[in-house]
Amino acid sequence: MKILLRTVTLLIVFAIVVVAAIIWVPVQRTPAKALSENGSITTLASGEYVTQTADCMGCHTAVGGKPFAGGLEVVSPLGVIYSTNITPDKKTGIGNYTLNDFRAVLYDGISKGGNHLYPAMPYENYRFMTEADVQSMYQYFMKEVLAVDNKVPETNLKFPFNQRWGLRVWNWLALKNPDFMPVSDDGRINRGGYLVQGPGHCAACHSPRTVFMTQNGISESSATFLSGGELNGWSVPDLRGADSVSSKWSTQQIVHYLATGRNDYAASVGEMSLVVEHSLQYQTDADNNAIALYLKHLSGSSDSGTLATQAKKPPTVTEKLLVSADPSMSIGARLYLDNCAGCHATNGRGAPEIFATLDGNALVNAASPTGLISVILHGVELPSTEKRPARLRMQAYAWRLNDEEVAELATFVRQGWHNDATKVSSSLVTPLR
Amino acid sequence: MARQDPKKDVVIVGLGWTGAILGMELAKEGLEILALERGDDRDTVPDFKYPNIADELKYGIRYDLMQRPAESTLTIRHTLDETALPYRQLGSFLPGNGVGGAGVHWNGHNWRPQPQELRLRSYTIERFGEKIIPSDMLLEDYPVSYEELEPFFDQFECVAGISGQAGNLRGKIVLGGNPFEGPRSRDYPMPPMPQTYDATLFAQAAKAMGYHPFPRPGAIASESYVNEYGMQMGPCSFCGFCERYGCYNYSKGSPQVCILDALKRKSNFSYKTNSEVIRVEMAADKKTATGVTYFDHKTGEEVFQPADLVLLCAYQLHNVHLLLVSGIGKPYDPGTGEGVTGRGYAYQMNGGVSMFFKDKEFNPFIGTGSNGMVIDDFGINQNDFAREGFIGGSYISSGTFNGQPIRNMPLPTGTPSWGKDWKKAVGDWYGHAMSIGSHGSCMSYRNCYLDLDPTYEDRFGRPMLRMTFNWNNNDIRMTQFMRVKIEGIAASMKPDIMRSGFKKEGAMYDVRPYQTTHNVGGNAMGVDPIKSVVNRFLQVHDVHNVFVMGAGAFPQNIQYNPTGMVGGLAYWAAHAIRTDYLRQPRSLV
Repeated sequence: MKILLRTVTLLIVFAIVVVAAIIWVPVQRTPAKALSENGSITTLASGEYVTQTADCMGCHTAVGGKPFAGGLEVVSPLGVIYSTNITPDKKTGIGNYTLNDFRAVLYDGISKGGNHLYPAMPYENYRFMTEADVQSMYQYFMKEVLAVDNKVPETNLKFPFNQRWGLRVWNWLALKNPDFMPVSDDGRINRGGYLVQGPGHCAACHSPRTVFMTQNGISESSATFLSGGELNGWSVPDLRGADSVSSKWSTQQIVHYLATGRNDYAASVGEMSLVVEHSLQYQTDADNNAIALYLKHLSGSSDSGTLATQAKKPPTVTEKLLVSADPSMSIGARLYLDNCAGCHATNGRGAPEIFATLDGNALVNAASPTGLISVILHGVELPSTEKRPARLRMQAYAWRLNDEEVAELATFVRQGWHNDATKVSSSLVTPLR
Repeated sequence: MARQDPKKDVVIVGLGWTGAILGMELAKEGLEILALERGDDRDTVPDFKYPNIADELKYGIRYDLMQRPAESTLTIRHTLDETALPYRQLGSFLPGNGVGGAGVHWNGHNWRPQPQELRLRSYTIERFGEKIIPSDMLLEDYPVSYEELEPFFDQFECVAGISGQAGNLRGKIVLGGNPFEGPRSRDYPMPPMPQTYDATLFAQAAKAMGYHPFPRPGAIASESYVNEYGMQMGPCSFCGFCERYGCYNYSKGSPQVCILDALKRKSNFSYKTNSEVIRVEMAADKKTATGVTYFDHKTGEEVFQPADLVLLCAYQLHNVHLLLVSGIGKPYDPGTGEGVTGRGYAYQMNGGVSMFFKDKEFNPFIGTGSNGMVIDDFGINQNDFAREGFIGGSYISSGTFNGQPIRNMPLPTGTPSWGKDWKKAVGDWYGHAMSIGSHGSCMSYRNCYLDLDPTYEDRFGRPMLRMTFNWNNNDIRMTQFMRVKIEGIAASMKPDIMRSGFKKEGAMYDVRPYQTTHNVGGNAMGVDPIKSVVNRFLQVHDVHNVFVMGAGAFPQNIQYNPTGMVGGLAYWAAHAIRTDYLRQPRSLV
C-alpha cells in the first residue's frame, strides 16, 4: 500500500515536473541553415516576392484592413484564431524582432516572447525555407512594409486548446527535419518542389491531417502528401492521383490556373481564390511553370494531360435528356436547365476560362458535397489578376432555391454526364445557408 | 460654398464606353485620372444577374436602366416657331444612366462607316455634282479618313468582342461577308453567331434576288473570348434579353464585361458615382478649362474638381448641353447659320415590313440583340443619288432579337388591341411573324439643331437642352426607296399577310414610339472652326484641354448604328492624346 502510494506520488510529481518543464524550459530554436543560393529565389527577386510566394498577406490582412496589420479571423476546427500584426510596428507588430526571432516564427512557430503559435501558421512547411529566403523576407518586413499601429483581438480558444504549452508536445509530432530534400535532377522540378513544400505551404490544405491534426505528408517522402484534405467541411482536391488535376490538365493549363484562378476547365473557389489573388498571380511564369512541372512529376503524368488527349466524347445520356426538354424529367434536371445550362451548357462542359466544366469537375465530384452546395448557395467570385482582371461572378442561388431544390440540383450535377458521386440530402444544405 | 477637391491630371465626365476607353488608355500613361458618373455603380452580378434582369416589365417597359426624365431630360420641338416641350416620358430614344452608360443596354450592333460616308460631301460632288445637294442640307466631310481610322475600328472591335464575318480583307472580297464594306486589316475577333430561322429565310430570298447577305456583326460572343485587357466573354445562350437589359451571361460586350475590372486595377484611376457634372469651368481667358463642377448626390453639395484635361464622355445630348451651358463654342443660330455648338443634330431613318406566315414557326424567344442577316446592296456607296433623288442609304436586315410578349407581339393590321379577338390573334400569330427592316442615314439640316431652352430649367437651374428636329424630304425619299426594295424581297417569301411601316412625305417626328438611341451631331468634328466644334482629334478648336467623345462629333449621321464609329473615334483620340498632346498640351491641328 505504502509502495503503491509512493509510486503514485512519484508519478504525479514526475508528471508535474514534466509539464512544468514543457511549460518553462525554454524551447530550442532550429538553427539557421547555411546561407546558400541553392534553391533560393532571392537572386531573382525581392523580399516582397518571397513574401508573396509564402502568401503572408492571405492571413495577415483583415478584410478592408491595412496590409499585414493582422486581425483576420481564421476559422479553425478549434475555434477562431486572429492573425497577428506582422508590420514592423514596435508596439503591436514585429518591430522588435531580430532575424533569429523571425526565423523561430517561421521554423518553430515560436514568437519572440517564447509563446507557441497555433499551427494555423504553417511553420510545418515554412521550415523548409532557405536561409536566403528567410533573410530577404525579414528585410522586407522590417524595411519595406509600412508599420501599422493595430492591436488585434486576443485569440481565445476553449480549454484545453488555450493551453499553448500543449503545442510543444504537438510540435514534437509535427515538426520534421527542416532541410528541403531535392526531388529531381531537373532544376525546374526541384524549384517547383521547393515552392510547393516550403513557402507555398500547399500541404497545409492539400494533405490530409492525422488524428493529432498534424499535416499527414509534408514532403513527397510521404505517400499521402498532397493526396487531398478537408478544410472547413470542403474537400480539398487530391493533387497527385490519376484522377487529379495534376494528371488531367496539361502543364500549360495548370500554369494558367495558378496565375489567374481559371483555365479551360475550372475556376478557383473558396480559399484557393485567395491564394491566387494574394500569392500565385504574382509569381513569375517560370515559378508557376516549375510548380506545374513538379505536380506532373509527383503525379507521374504527361505534359499534355489526360483531358487534352481524350477524343471528343459522344453526347451523354444526361445531355440527351436535357436537350429533349421532356417535361417529365426529374426536378434536378429541370432546375439545371432553368438555372445553370445558360452558362454550363447541356453537355456540362461550360466554356473555356469562363464557365467551368462540371463534367469531371473535382469540386462537383468531391467526397464531401459541401463545396458544391456552398457554390450553389453563395456563388463564386474569381480573383482579379494581372493576366485575367475580370472578377467573374457566378451569382448566388440561396434566395431562389430551397434546401430540397439545392439538394436535387447538386445530386443531378454530381451524377450527370460522367460524374459518379453520392446523392446530396437537404439536411446537408440547411446548415450551409 | 462649393467644395473643392484635390486636382487631378484628367477628369472624365461619364463612365460608359468612351469614358472607360479613355480611362484605360490614359491610365497607361501614369496620369492621375478621376471619372465622374452621374448614375449608380453597376456590375454583372448583382445588377444584371439571372433571372432578375430578364424582367420585361421592369427593364423593357419601365426603363429601369435608363435616364429618368424627372431627373434629366430635354425639350423637343419640330420647327423654329414652336415652343418646345419637355420629353417627359422616354420613347423615341433611351439614354442610359449609371456606370456602363448605354453600353449596358444596347443590342450590340457594331459597324464601321463606309469609307465614302466619311467624305460624303466630296464623294457626292465628285460622283453626282454639287447641284444635287439640297440648299438646307449641311453636308460635310468628316475630317478623318476611313484609312486613318481603320486600326482604331479594329481595336474597338477586338476590345468589345465582335462576332462577324469579314467581307473585305485588305481589299480582297471574302465570300459570305459584306462585299461593300471598307477594307479591314483582319477578320472580326470571333466568328459570326449561328442564325435563326427568319434570318435564314430572308438570306435565301435575298440571295435568290442577286443580293449579298451576310451575318450582322455584333458584340455578342459566339465563343469564349479574351480581349487585349485580359477581359473575358462567354458564349451567348440566345436568351433574347439584350436591348434594354444588362447581360447576365458575360456574352454582350459592355464596359463592364470588356474594360472596367481591368481599369479598376489601375491605382492611378478612380471613379465616383452619383456625381453629376453640371458645367465645365473655364479660365478667365476662355482658352482653357480649369476643371468641372459637379453635384455630389451623396453629400448633396456642389464640388469643383480641378483638372488639366477635361474629357466629355457623356451621352451626345449631355455633352452638347455641357458645352452650351459652359460657353464652349459659339451657340449655333439657325437664323444666321452662324455658330457651331448645337449645329447639325441628326437622327436615323428606319422602316420595316412585318410578315405573317400561318405555317411557319419562328420561335422568336430564341434570339440575340445582334441576330440577323443583312444586305448592304442599297448602302450609301451603292446608290445613284442623282437618279434616285436622295443622298443616303440603308442596310436591310432580318432576324429576331427577342420574343418578349409585351414588346414583341406583332399582329396583323386590324387586330383589336385588347379583348377576346386580341387574345385569339395572339394565339394565332405569336411565333408566326418575322420582319425585314431598313436602318438608314439621316442628313443634317439648317433647321435641325440643339440649343438652350428659353422656357424650361433643369433641377440645377440650368436651361434645359432644346432639340429642334423634324424629318426631311431627302431622307423620306431614301426610306421610300428602301420600302420598294424590302417589299420586293418580302413578297418573294410569300407571306400570308404583309404590313409596311415607312415614313411618308409629310411625316412628323414622333417622340413616342421607340426608334433608335442614335442621336448624333451638335458638336461636329471638322476642319473649319466656323462649322465645327472639335477638330479631327475630337479636341475643341479653341479650348485645347477639352476633348469631346461620342456621336456628337458626327457632322451628319451614317447609315449604320453609331457605336463602332464612336468606339473607333475614342481610340483614335486616345492615341493622339497619348502620343502627341501629353508631350506638349496645345491644339493638335
